[in-house]
Formats: sequence, structure tokens, C-alpha cells
Amino acid sequence: MKYVDEFRDGELARVLAGRLARAVEPGRRYNFMEFCGGHTHAISRYGVTDLLPKSVNMVHGPGCPVCVLPIGRIDNAIALALERGVTLCTYADTMRVPASGRTSLLKAKAAGADVRMVYSAADALRIARENPAQEVVFLAIGFETTTPPTAIVILEAERQGLENFFVFCNHVLTPAAISNILESPQVRDIGTVPLDGFVGPAHVSCVIGSAPYEYFAEEYAKPVVIAGFEPLDVMQAVLMLVRQVNEGRHEVENEFSRAVTRDGNARAKALVAEVFELRRSFEWRGLGEVPYSALRIKSRYGRFDAERRYDIVYRSVADNKACECGAILRGAKTPKDCKLFGTVCTPENPIGSCMVSSEGACAAWYSYGRFRDEEAAA
Amino acid sequence: MSGAVKQDYVRPIDFRNGRVDMSHGSGGRAMAQLIDELFLAAFDNDWLRPLNDQACFAVPAGRMVLATDSHVVSPLFFPGGDIGCLAVHGTVNDVAMAGARPLYLSATFILEEGFPLADLKRIVESMAAASREARVPIVTGDTKVVEKGKGDGVFITTTGVGVVPEGVEVSGDRARPGDRVLVSGTLGDHGVAIMSFRENLEFETTIRSDTAALHGLVAAMVEAVPEVRCLRDPTRGGLAATLNEFARASGVGFRIREKDLPVKPAVHAACEFLGLDPLNVANEGKLVAICAPEDASRLLVAMREHPLGRDAAIIGEALEDPHRFVQMETALGGARMVDWLSAEQLPRIC
Ligand code: SF4
Repeated sequence: MKYVDEFRDGELARVLAGRLARAVEPGRRYNFMEFCGGHTHAISRYGVTDLLPKSVNMVHGPGCPVCVLPIGRIDNAIALALERGVTLCTYADTMRVPASGRTSLLKAKAAGADVRMVYSAADALRIARENPAQEVVFLAIGFETTTPPTAIVILEAERQGLENFFVFCNHVLTPAAISNILESPQVRDIGTVPLDGFVGPAHVSCVIGSAPYEYFAEEYAKPVVIAGFEPLDVMQAVLMLVRQVNEGRHEVENEFSRAVTRDGNARAKALVAEVFELRRSFEWRGLGEVPYSALRIKSRYGRFDAERRYDIVYRSVADNKACECGAILRGAKTPKDCKLFGTVCTPENPIGSCMVSSEGACAAWYSYGRFRDEEAAA
Repeated sequence: MSGAVKQDYVRPIDFRNGRVDMSHGSGGRAMAQLIDELFLAAFDNDWLRPLNDQACFAVPAGRMVLATDSHVVSPLFFPGGDIGCLAVHGTVNDVAMAGARPLYLSATFILEEGFPLADLKRIVESMAAASREARVPIVTGDTKVVEKGKGDGVFITTTGVGVVPEGVEVSGDRARPGDRVLVSGTLGDHGVAIMSFRENLEFETTIRSDTAALHGLVAAMVEAVPEVRCLRDPTRGGLAATLNEFARASGVGFRIREKDLPVKPAVHAACEFLGLDPLNVANEGKLVAICAPEDASRLLVAMREHPLGRDAAIIGEALEDPHRFVQMETALGGARMVDWLSAEQLPRIC
């Protein structure tokens, strides 16, 4: 408790806000992308923008695992549960992601599919162990943070000789997504998305370390500051970015040094390397096909791979035409630019994935920020 | 021919190893025996004793209140309580939140075939104790049994009637701009206690459910400030849902201050771990009150003098806002909205 509150202290926040106000150069605009949904959530939930100078603009990035999962993959999962009769285990948010034809895993569950909400990969493994007659599939999603736990359950399943446990792997990689954004025409050439720097992921960086960002900082001349998920961490990181921009530097700095090292967590990386390998390409909602941006299960552990076990065929499905999730995930638009926001599309009735997870830009704006639209209008 | 009529020997119900079977809901002798040996023995009172299908009682003059509430909590026994006392407290509180004095309760049990009678006895005795402590008798009831697999152990519905004191007019649509918002104590205890106990969340905490009957606290509040405008117990959906309900019904907005919200450190830490917001988590022994600004300190004193209101606090005020937003000044010093929860985050919490 003490630990948590130290990072939310109002006094400290005012001190930092003062420093930020003095640090920004008059007449200059600062556009920073927070890559992670965790940061998006922290900024909205604690009202961080109220403490930032007006000239600092935070752009939401694609780092929300539920948001970037493409419709086709959810369709695959629904088919497994409804047509193949497996017990499908997944996280609560994933259950509400809209799939083709206004379905979702939640609706499949109501229609009789055995879909279970779990809090961890280990929960799914336990369900498999307790129900040996039932085939249990864990729908694995997420960035580098959730990948090691999935590796562990696969190794555990092997050790325990489980024959009814499978993983439908949708793990994706942060660095690939960042390069995709930096390579996109809007950022690179036209400059419609001005980006002056990145707030780098917290937990992801605990695993992969800060070294992978050195390439972006160098190649694209953008500063990166890795930050923890507490609101004061975000403010401190913004201050560090502002200083880098002012001084014309583009380095990788680490605000989250209490948890992140340059090389990351060697044991976690070894676990992942043991079980997974790179996919040649993977579709992201919003970003489209991104080369070498996701993982699949190595053939050595192929008997736990749901894609092999059930011959899953992936079919790409376009998002709802009016939904701007794609542009929002690339930082090119904001929720306010979507005509469906708050009318047709609400957290109760999400049209796009960004309205589902609390880390999604649309859901965060709807739940925490939308009163500002009215303030602005007034 | 002489002497007393010989009573048939009836083997007592085996409350140690027995289980509910279909005959316990059949309307036959087995059901009558269960009512006698369990429900009547536990709830015993003048209204129940004649074993009519209804209870007859005198009605005081004035406005009556009727409230009903079903309980499907899982697990049935949790730290700080069980479905039995919860079923009494839930309805007593619903009646009390009209500013009323609860008078009588009814109880309906839906039992699943195979449910251990020992557990049922424990639940019924907990209900009886809660009803005695609250001084609100259970005066009529009903029992049904469903086949195995068609229920989940036991579901309990309770209904309560009460009477509103003269001059008291409490309703969720009476909040006015400038009114103060008070809570009676720490937020989120019940929801976190249940969550910590659920089998698939092997999460340890010392938090216990706050389940309690609040009519005594309400009586003290109404006596101190008969003009109190809104009262509600923030159960499912937590404080966030209650304030949004008041905002919608009254056509006002609210602004609360995070630093003034009473939240136990352990609940805070558990919410952090579980990704929950204490504002959205259920309570079963807390209330939210709205009153005019000039009444606020008097109301706060009255609440703090009652054992169930010791941690009461003034947490914010109502504003003029056509959009009826509930806003919060964060501990950090920013602002954000406090919205309803969109998805069922914690199913079967009460
Ligand atoms: S508001 Fe809904 S439809 Fe619009 S971009 Fe967001 S998720 Fe898509």
C-alpha cells in the first residue's frame, strides 16, 4: 500500500508538473506516443493530462493486447469452441472482443460453447488437468510480458504428460510494432502524425530489457524513455523526453530502473526461446500484416499447438468500415474522430476492439475522459 | 380405550450426513418435517408458528415500503459471512434505504437436490441469527427443490416490509446541485472478500465481507437529519454505480475527491493486484447518503457515532451538469470520470 501510494502522491505530482512547465520551450509542441495500453490507462485513470503543459500531446499507441488481435483470430477461437467442442479458456476482456457477424466469445458462451474466463495461463492448465476427458484450449494473447507464462504452462503440460491441453498462440512483439509505426507513410514521409518520442513499455521491458529500443532511437532519431505504469512514472518520463527533445538528443533512457535492466530477464527470454519461434508475418488489427511480429509454438512442442491439432485456417476479416480503431492504434486518429464513438459504439456494445479493454484508447476515453469533450464544447 | 393418542415415531432428519432430496419440496411429509425441524426451529416466532401459507400482522399508520432481493452468491460461505446472513442484511438494507424501519421478512429457498443438509442448517441458522440481531422476524416462507444440476446448492430470495417515519422522504431523484455526498465507511470490502475466496483466484487477504444490517444506522441518521435526500447501499457496481444512478435520477452531476474516499489498505492492494477499482466493487454493509450542504456535518457526526458509521466521510458534492457525469479529482491532482462498469466483472457477488 505504502509502496503503491508513493507513486501517486499529489504533492510530488505538483512538483513534477512545475518542472515540466518550466522545461517546455515556448512555441514548441511535443508529441509523444505512449506505446502501452497500461500507460494509456494510467494517464486516463489518474488524470495525468491535467498536470502536463498544454504543449505536450500524448498519442496512444498500439500496445493493447486485446485491441490488436484481428477479427479472424477471434473467429478461429469461436469456431474451436462452437464447432470442435473444446473448452476454451481466455482472459475476461478477450471474451467481449467483437468478431465477424456481431458475435464474440461471450455470445458463443451464451449459445452453449464452453468458454471459461481465466486469470492466468496456469488456470487453464489446471482446468485441463481436472478434466482429462475434455480438450482444453488456452487462447494466449499478449506482448512479451504474458509470453513467458505461456511458455511455462506448455513445459508443465509436457512434464505432466497432459494430452488434452493446447495453446492457440497469438503472442506478439513490441519492437516489430514500433518499427511498423515509424515506417508508416504517415509518420515517415507526410508527417501527418508528428511523433517526437516514445514512452517505452514498463513490464515488456522488464522481460526484453532496454537494448531493443536502441535501434529505433538511433535509426529514426526518436528518443525513447522506458517508464513504469504509475502516473508519476509517466510524468517523469515525459519530463525526460522533453529534455531530450530540447537538447536534440535521441537516446534510450530508463525511468523504470527499479525494474528494467539493459538486457532484461535472461531466464524469461530463455523460456520463450525454448518454446516459441518467430512467425514470418502476422496480422495486427490496425497495423495489418507485420513481418516477424509474432510468435508461434516450435514443432518440438507441436503437440500442444492448437493450430496444428485442429488445422486452423486463418482468414483475414475487415473491420467495420466506420470504425477508426486501425488509425487510432497507429496514432493517426483519436476516439473523437470516430462517428460511432459514444453513440453506436459504447463499452456495453463495442463495435471495435479499442472499446473493449480498459487499455483501449476508446474505452479509456469513454470511461474516464469523455466529460472533457463537453467541457471543450462549452 | 384409553390414554393419549400414540404419536407415530418419526425419525429425525439427519442433519449431519443427509442431503436434500426431491421429497423435501414435494409438499408431503418430508417437506413438513424439514419445515418443522429446520425452518421453524430456527426462525421461531408468533407469526410463523401456526404454519399458515401467509403471515398476518397489524399495519402501522403511514407509508409502507416493500423490497425484495435474490441471493445467488458463490461461494455460499465466505470470510465474514454466508448467503444466509447476506439474504437478511440485503433486504433489511433495501427497506432501510427508504429511510424506513424494517418490520417483517419473508424467505424463499430454492434448493438443489443433493445439497448437504448440514450446510443448509448452517445457512438457516445464520439467517435466524441475523434476523434476531436485526430484530426483523422472518414471518413466512417457501421451499422448492430442483433436480441436481438445475441449481447451484441454494438460492435465497427475501422480501421485506417496513414503515417510513413521518416527515421522511428519501429518494434517489432528490439530489440537488450543491448537496454533499457521504459514505458510511470503507469501500470494496465485500467484493474483495468474495474474490479472494473464489477457487480460481488463489489470492490471500485478510479482508472480510462487511455484510451488516444498516437500519440502525439509518434510524440514527434520519433522526439527526430527517431531511436527508438520498440513501442507497452501494452493492453490485459499487459507489460508481450508485452515484451514476443518483445522477441520472436527479438530473445532476457529482464531483468526488479520491483522497477522501475511505478504502482499507488491504482492499486497495488487492484491487491493484486484481486490476479492479474499489469504486466499482460491491459493498454489503455500507451506504451512500446525499444531504443539503447545511446538514452535512450534523449527518456526519450522527453517522460516526454509530458503530457501523465510524469511518464515515464527506467525499464530494452534487453539481449542475446536464450530462450527469460523475467526476473525480484524482489523488494525483487530475480529473477523470467515474463511470458505470460495462461488463460483469464479478459475477454472483451477492
Ligand atoms: S469508437 Fe468504437 S467504432 Fe469508433 S474507433 Fe473506437 S472502437 Fe472503433
